[in-house]
Amino acid sequence: MIDYEKVLNPTVCAIKPSGIRKFFDIAATMDDVVSLGVGEPDFQTPWQIRKAGIASLERGRTRYTSNQGLLPLREEIAAYVKRHYELNYRPDTEILLTVGGSEAIDAAIRALVSYGHADEVIIPQPSYVCYEPITELAGGVPVIIETKAENDFKLTPEQLRAAITPRTKALILPYPCNPTGAIMEKADLEAIAAVLRETNIIVISDEIYAELSFGENRHISIASLDGMQERTIVINGFSKAFSMTGWRLGYACGPAPLLKQITKIHQFAIMCAPTTSQYAAIEALRNGDDAVDSMRKEYNRRRRLIVNGFRKLGLACHEPKGAFYVFPSIQSTGMSSDVFCERLLKEARVALVPGTAFGRGGDGFVRASYCYSNEHIIEALARIQKFLNHL
Amino acid sequence: MKSELLKLLCRNARYTNEELAAMLNSTPEAVAEEIRALEKEGVICGYKAVIDWDRLDDAYVSAIVELNVVPKADLGFEEVAEKVMSFREVESVYLMSGVYDLNVVVKGPTLQDVARFVARELATIDSVTSTTTHFVMRRYKEMDTNLYDVNEDDRGQFLL
Repeated sequence: MIDYEKVLNPTVCAIKPSGIRKFFDIAATMDDVVSLGVGEPDFQTPWQIRKAGIASLERGRTRYTSNQGLLPLREEIAAYVKRHYELNYRPDTEILLTVGGSEAIDAAIRALVSYGHADEVIIPQPSYVCYEPITELAGGVPVIIETKAENDFKLTPEQLRAAITPRTKALILPYPCNPTGAIMEKADLEAIAAVLRETNIIVISDEIYAELSFGENRHISIASLDGMQERTIVINGFSKAFSMTGWRLGYACGPAPLLKQITKIHQFAIMCAPTTSQYAAIEALRNGDDAVDSMRKEYNRRRRLIVNGFRKLGLACHEPKGAFYVFPSIQSTGMSSDVFCERLLKEARVALVPGTAFGRGGDGFVRASYCYSNEHIIEALARIQKFLNHL
Repeated sequence: MKSELLKLLCRNARYTNEELAAMLNSTPEAVAEEIRALEKEGVICGYKAVIDWDRLDDAYVSAIVELNVVPKADLGFEEVAEKVMSFREVESVYLMSGVYDLNVVVKGPTLQDVARFVARELATIDSVTSTTTHFVMRRYKEMDTNLYDVNEDDRGQFLL
């Protein structure tokens, strides 16, 4: 008999499995559960984008592309990030197509963190769940900053400065933020940039929700600020904006010397991003803005509906200005997030995600996604109201 | 706000004023006022449920009847349209461009009832020169609502 404990990588074994798995397994066995748990768009990929994917298959485009991805697509990305975020990247050396934004995050962290040096990666939390385990797998040390509701879950320059050490290699900047819906406005980013300009810290700016920004201004990328492009890797992709989650296509933009090494990791681990998805993505970037606009409007209506709903229930809810989540506080109930979510599921058949799933600073909050129809959201709120009334 | 409000009501006329106000970034009072005004102007003509009668035992039959009509000198198509509209079996009446004139949606308890109605009441109107009746075999979509295959949410419960 093999003793698998001895065979396996202890770093992998030490990674905690997502606690939420157990929670959703319970939900899956129950009937009539109204979930606000899913973090992917309910919209289908716009038809013209799907059609472009189909057309590429009909033409027999079924082989690998170059490691970096199709050149016409990289050219479209260069034009797109210029048009939307005033970013300037060269298609030949500064853009890489990846398997979702996730792969880009993984490869970027791996390219920066070296084994055995206790390199530190600063991660603001509550945030998306992958940054911490990926850092650990790369042999790095996650340094967590707890963002606060009173700061609208923004990263503050004081917090950042306090977290920086001589071993800091990278800062994850996950805005617009899953699960808090927080965004960083230009002044917020300027303050962060001012701290970073004196350092060699590389920003991994996860901007996958950039197109889902509901503030007065468009999304701003930290890479567009003076002196920041040379120290920033911008991660973006097609999943959220274009409702293309299943196509698994994202990209990284950054300085050529960084992208060269990241591309090496991609080349050996992945080869290239899915070919069909790349052809569909060309259409998305060329002609998809209208479809994204109409989805954004729909999300925005739902956002206002659900924020108003939670506040009416007496749960404090800071205004989420990006992504498609609200992050209300349940501290007034006196319960922990985990207990609240478990009881809500069992007693009212509504599935929310406890804030603790997103790391430190998440307790006392729950995440509700509004990737659901208005009617679905209204039904969930009605059930939550009933639950709260019976407490 | 007007057109956004109307679009939302078309989707679901049972949203509360509070829900509409939240979605439209307005107040419940302003929404109520706007709805009253639109009703008064005759822009909003009514509120009805979308029903899939095929799920009930008392399902009904409907047909699209194309009418060719000789228009009257001064009244045009109005006179015959008014006559056709007046029957309770008639659900909608449209004046059409193209090869026929009036498109009439007729409903009744059975196929025979509808056929009889067309033969006795519509075909016999003076200015109607011919009728063509198409029976509806299955309703897939009604008033923007999918009656056919209510898409299950096939999204995985990933922690994203």
